[in-house]
Amino acid sequence: MIISRPRYPFALGALGMALAGLVALAISVGSFPVPVAKVVAVLWAALTGGDAGVADNVRAVVLQVRAPRVVAALAVGAALAAAGAAYQNLFRNPLVSPDILGVSAGCALGAVTGILFSLPYLLIQAFAFGGGIAAVGLVLLVGSWIRGGDRVLTLVLTGVVVGSLFGAGVAFVKVLADPYNQLPAIVFWLLGSFSGVLPKDLAVALPLVALGLVPLALLRWRINLLALPDDEARALGVNVGTLRIAVIAAATLMTSAAVAIAGVIGWVGLVIPHAARLLVGAEFARVLPVSALLGAGFMLLVDTVCRSVGRTELPPGVLTALIGSPVFIWLLALTFGRRS
Amino acid sequence: MRLAAAALALGLVLSIGGAAARTFVDDAGRKVEIPDKVERVFAAGPPASVLVFALAPDKLIGWTRAFRPDEAAWIPKKYADLPELGRLTGRGNTANVEVVLNAKADLIVDVGSTNPTFASLADRVQQQTGIPYILLDGHLDSTVQQLEKLGVVLGAEARSRELSAYVSKLLDGMKSKIATVQADKRPDVYYARGPQGLQTGLRGSINVEMIEFLGAKNVAGSETGGLASVGVEQVILWDPQVIVTNDPNFYASVFKDPVWSTSLSAVRRKRVYLSPHLPFGWFDFPPGANRLIGLVWLSEILYPDLFKFDLKREVATFYRLFYHREPTPQQLDVLLAEPGVGPR
Repeated sequence: MIISRPRYPFALGALGMALAGLVALAISVGSFPVPVAKVVAVLWAALTGGDAGVADNVRAVVLQVRAPRVVAALAVGAALAAAGAAYQNLFRNPLVSPDILGVSAGCALGAVTGILFSLPYLLIQAFAFGGGIAAVGLVLLVGSWIRGGDRVLTLVLTGVVVGSLFGAGVAFVKVLADPYNQLPAIVFWLLGSFSGVLPKDLAVALPLVALGLVPLALLRWRINLLALPDDEARALGVNVGTLRIAVIAAATLMTSAAVAIAGVIGWVGLVIPHAARLLVGAEFARVLPVSALLGAGFMLLVDTVCRSVGRTELPPGVLTALIGSPVFIWLLALTFGRRS
Repeated sequence: MRLAAAALALGLVLSIGGAAARTFVDDAGRKVEIPDKVERVFAAGPPASVLVFALAPDKLIGWTRAFRPDEAAWIPKKYADLPELGRLTGRGNTANVEVVLNAKADLIVDVGSTNPTFASLADRVQQQTGIPYILLDGHLDSTVQQLEKLGVVLGAEARSRELSAYVSKLLDGMKSKIATVQADKRPDVYYARGPQGLQTGLRGSINVEMIEFLGAKNVAGSETGGLASVGVEQVILWDPQVIVTNDPNFYASVFKDPVWSTSLSAVRRKRVYLSPHLPFGWFDFPPGANRLIGLVWLSEILYPDLFKFDLKREVATFYRLFYHREPTPQQLDVLLAEPGVGPR
């Protein structure tokens, strides 16, 4: 089956416009009813430093609750999708997600340890971030200790092992936790949520996401070449080893920051790059921005639905899986064709 | 095969325990053969521990987890030093069945949910160990029945009468007073759980039983269920009059948080309360008889004009009755001066 691909600039423009529309929608809906005109007034006042002339709680809902939540969903979606795209290119495998090197398991272990010791929320987030970095650091360390063989395969296998080890750590902490208080807190953390994101969380997380996203964007042409076998990429003048570490570091930084503020949310990093490739082809230089835009939009849509369905919230991970799994199958069928 | 093993185990128990046995129908409707004289009781979960400890502390053979030093200071040392044996069923099984056997318990007691899941778990453990296993309904409202039934089972009728008299006087007094309060005078309460205070208990969940018992309105009570996650926006929309939490981190941050402190009248009016937790929690967990003293505390918070307890005296009485030691005046001062116990 041949799909006509829209031209790249057109795709970027259309996605950007759709995303802007989605942001406008997301900031206008919520359980606390705020008329759209007031939302605009509050945002305008915040930008210009003027007075919106609305009640304090309306201002707080728009600026302190909804806006950070929208920004967080955008950033997390973009980070996970971009990391997924980079990894699928790096590992030359379309079934790879940002978790492949154990980053989520590491974040989870960090966070649940923080909950076990009843630490303040900020420290729980810091533990989550540190856990993700530590897990991938361990993978790189062990991977570099093993000499021969296919480097990429070694890394993936080490990642699976370390991820599983940290997963066992999470299970162990669950057993240690107080079943009435800490265990539910752990379960809710692992389910993931954007419901408590504050501006101060973003002040830390956004720079970290940018710190991962910018190098990927700058290196996008070179990363393209990583899809080739190592010796061919080398022949084209790419320092494969260094570049691989750079990509892994950037992806890990972004994913850890994303998981630290939103919990473990699956499927975004796996499915979105496929959708992006379907739109603009396999070239990483194009897949990266399109993935980031698509991921941001998808995550924002999912979170907006999660917080609008009722008084209590759905975990976004449930919805991403519900949407992601059939979409993934459909994308596979589109890419590889179907048996008639 | 399993039936044969069960029969064998049962035969073994009968031969050890002798013919002196009676039949007890537990709250799940299970008919359980229990020995005439129960001497060593394994409490399957924290609520059961609290109840057995209150009624017959010398028959309790261990706790589900060891006490931390700050908790142990509130109960007599010989009981605080009982070994940690783990939890048996329910939320995470940490007790090894062999540990239970090795502890030579002659009765296992669980207090809490009596639904088919827990009934079948009880049956399985009973078959496996040959130790009679009884389940009691753990709702706050049935505390008196718990005390009466377990009192008979443990042969602690005198203690049971003393404790149930205290509990029925307390609960009935509260109920009759609260019955006079009109619907619009009953406060809206939000129960904040978790480090961000964004998990709460829905209607019917054991976590918010105290709010429901005290006739107040749980703002999240329009939906039935267990624990759920909510957004800050929804809490602002509810704008509860009182917020109760048992998370010290949430309590510490809520007055400084730009959203909570400006948009929620309960926070602006300093009507956020943090439940004490020594030696057992006063609110929500463990969901056992330990919550009774929490009811005294919370009733004053929710209806300041209706209830005027001498909290210090009430705590002293309750701790003496249920935990077998009256706290020192110094301990009481420290406990009641902790942040969040009283008005800020």
